[in-house]
Amino acid sequence: MYLQAFLFAGTVCLLCQVILDNTNLTPGHITSGVTVIGAILSFLGIYDKIIAWAGAGATTLIANFGHMLYSSGIAGYEEAGFLGLFTNLLCSSSVAIVGVVVFSFVFTLIFKAKD
Amino acid sequence: MNKEEYSKLVKELSPKEPKLKNALVAFLVGGSVGFVGEVIVQILMESFGLGRVDSCAWLAFILILFATFMTAIGKFDNLVEKAKCGLIIPTTGFAHSVQSAALDYKRDGLVTGVGANLFKLAGSVIVYGIVSAFFLCLIKVGIIWLA
Repeated sequence: MYLQAFLFAGTVCLLCQVILDNTNLTPGHITSGVTVIGAILSFLGIYDKIIAWAGAGATTLIANFGHMLYSSGIAGYEEAGFLGLFTNLLCSSSVAIVGVVVFSFVFTLIFKAKD
Repeated sequence: MNKEEYSKLVKELSPKEPKLKNALVAFLVGGSVGFVGEVIVQILMESFGLGRVDSCAWLAFILILFATFMTAIGKFDNLVEKAKCGLIIPTTGFAHSVQSAALDYKRDGLVTGVGANLFKLAGSVIVYGIVSAFFLCLIKVGIIWLA
């Protein structure tokens, strides 16, 4: 599992670096694209298999954000129907969003920008 | 000098990015993040008896805490500059972009600065993630209905 995690995460980063260096896309384009690709792979049922194979190598990537959004959306639909899509979509990715907002707010109060 | 000549000149004079080295560094750093992530997940599963899903959530939490803190004390920008996609594509990049936007706009005040600009860079990830996931869910729901 350790080797697969290394290989998968490394390969994705390498591909993104090649795209970044050879096109005019910004890191913002790349991360958004990878998130959308993660959601699409999740839709096709591939991302679960990748996680089963590469473990944390797949869950540390931003693609996992798209995967979490899609899978909790579907879980919400199965639980509560159409409205469940809206109430559940952010469920499992909440840890990332809330974590980022809380930590960065607290650290911003404490630290100053370095120029 | 017309526009074409000018862009040619700019291309010649701008420093060449060492593409092969960048790609290798991104591979090694990104792979290491995945590897360390797996180590943390295994430790959490064995020492705390957590399931795989919970461990991965804790891992995201730890990575975000690490990346925001390192950015806040000013150590992470140099790392990202060197490792590029190796740190941008993992969750650390998401945390880094939020934290650096927050620090950059701190001088504009807490509401119009930090509050309004927190997701200036990471917003597109959230927007396109939610939009794509939502419509893919709708397609899936349509497939379930038809079947």
